[in-house]
Amino acid sequence: MDFKKETRILYCWIAQIGNLLLRSLWRLIHVIINLCYLTLGIAKAFESYLISWGILRRYKSLQVAKLRYLAIVVESKDACQTSKIIELLQWLADVGVKHVCLYDMEGILKKSKDFILEELDGAILFGEAYENNEIPDQAQMTLEFASFSDGKEAVAKAANVLFMKYLKSGATDQNQEEAIFTESQMAEALKTVGSGGPEPDLLLVYGPARCHLGFPAWRMRYTEIIHMGPLKSMKYGSLIKAIYKFTMVRQNYGK
Amino acid sequence: MTLHMEKGGISRSARRSLWKLSYLQRKCIFSVLSVGRLPIHIAFIMDGNRRYGEQRNLKEGAGHKAGYLALMLMVIYCCELGIKYITAYAFSIDNFKRGPDKVQYIMDLMLEKIELELSKKDSLFSRYGVKVHFSGNMELLSDPIKDAAKRLMVATANNSNTLLTVCFAYTSRNEILHAIQETCQEKLAQIQLQESISEGRISMCNPGQGNDVLKLADIEKHMYMAIAPDPDIIIRTSGENRLSNFLLWQSANSCLISFSQLWPGISCWHLVWAVLNFQRNHYYLEKKKKKQI
Repeated sequence: MDFKKETRILYCWIAQIGNLLLRSLWRLIHVIINLCYLTLGIAKAFESYLISWGILRRYKSLQVAKLRYLAIVVESKDACQTSKIIELLQWLADVGVKHVCLYDMEGILKKSKDFILEELDGAILFGEAYENNEIPDQAQMTLEFASFSDGKEAVAKAANVLFMKYLKSGATDQNQEEAIFTESQMAEALKTVGSGGPEPDLLLVYGPARCHLGFPAWRMRYTEIIHMGPLKSMKYGSLIKAIYKFTMVRQNYGK
Repeated sequence: MTLHMEKGGISRSARRSLWKLSYLQRKCIFSVLSVGRLPIHIAFIMDGNRRYGEQRNLKEGAGHKAGYLALMLMVIYCCELGIKYITAYAFSIDNFKRGPDKVQYIMDLMLEKIELELSKKDSLFSRYGVKVHFSGNMELLSDPIKDAAKRLMVATANNSNTLLTVCFAYTSRNEILHAIQETCQEKLAQIQLQESISEGRISMCNPGQGNDVLKLADIEKHMYMAIAPDPDIIIRTSGENRLSNFLLWQSANSCLISFSQLWPGISCWHLVWAVLNFQRNHYYLEKKKKKQI
């Protein structure tokens, strides 16, 4: 009996030491990964300075016309840093990007929209210019402000619009298995509830993780999503590189 | 273990020994990974099958066969790691735009693989306790495939370790529209029932007046992907950085990871890297999820 008890205690000790070893190994792996990301961050920062100073030639000629609509997703707690947002928008204006959608989950940017529009000379709200589902071709920069309520909640509101139209149409006796709503009807319904807008070609995420934080799902089918890191360490060179890489992408759209 | 072993002419016993060795190696690695929080749901965009075949001068369609093997291996690795939900983007509605012979090849391959799994007594799904579910607009598929998919779902219905959702004839927009349609029809049936009880004295409220008839929760329960929680990680291969109409509704707080490797070349190490990245960002993503609720 003593032998069995001692064996059990020994196994217990072995398990605890084993657990300790596993935890230490796990922590060591994460420390190494963090060091790798730190080194990569330093290398990217150096590269972005080279791009800003015009030393890397291939980034000099940017085919910005390919980027018809750009979305920027910002962490809500960083969205209060309106000076950083304005600086980013000014960089985009300098590069020639005309149409930008600013998104943060909690709608902080929506609250600052008047201030942002005032600080950016000549910029107007996108909704004023967006007609017939086409992105307008104009010299002024247009800004759209979106939040989480323009995503799932807007789809629910649009669904109610479609439902009302469906009831009024009197087509409720049709075959229940046939599609009764089309994508273009949904797009119109979203516009009716104030959450219509074009699909961005490129979405830049300024935050700790590569995660779109609830950007309206209906508008993101083929959007390229690039993670730019935290807003506080944003760099002009990284922005140029992201836009350049986008212009090099070739999509098949399922074909 | 990779697909290269399939071609090397290695003997069966040597393959078994190599598999056992790699299993022990994975067990050690997964024990370390399990110290941290593991994802509950991983989704895969299996991009690059055609290019894989073209790069290796394989015959038409061989890339997709290699892609199927890679998926099965990935399912095994996820089961060993203890992942409860796996979703794979097998065929998009947009893929119907491809040439009819290419579409037909994929349909034939899907049918062949389903029949193969159904015919085995000890299939991979029963060995690992994987329940298979097909998500998508099945009405776009031919009757033989619809029937085979239903049979596979029934055959694996009692497995409970892991749920593998195969998105076939799927796009997010179609999913959203389908969910709205189902919700409308459900609501219409309720209204008609209430009207017949109250003899037509119900009045409809207009939306946008704080009294929407269709609620967000109603729409969400009719989504094809309502059977699984939102994915923790979405992995895309072949170096592309877009979701291509996949899980757009469910991916608000998902860690999006892109590998330059083509899908048939994906290995256990890619999965390990994805989980390590998830663990790095887990605390932040959990905070975001709680804020949404």
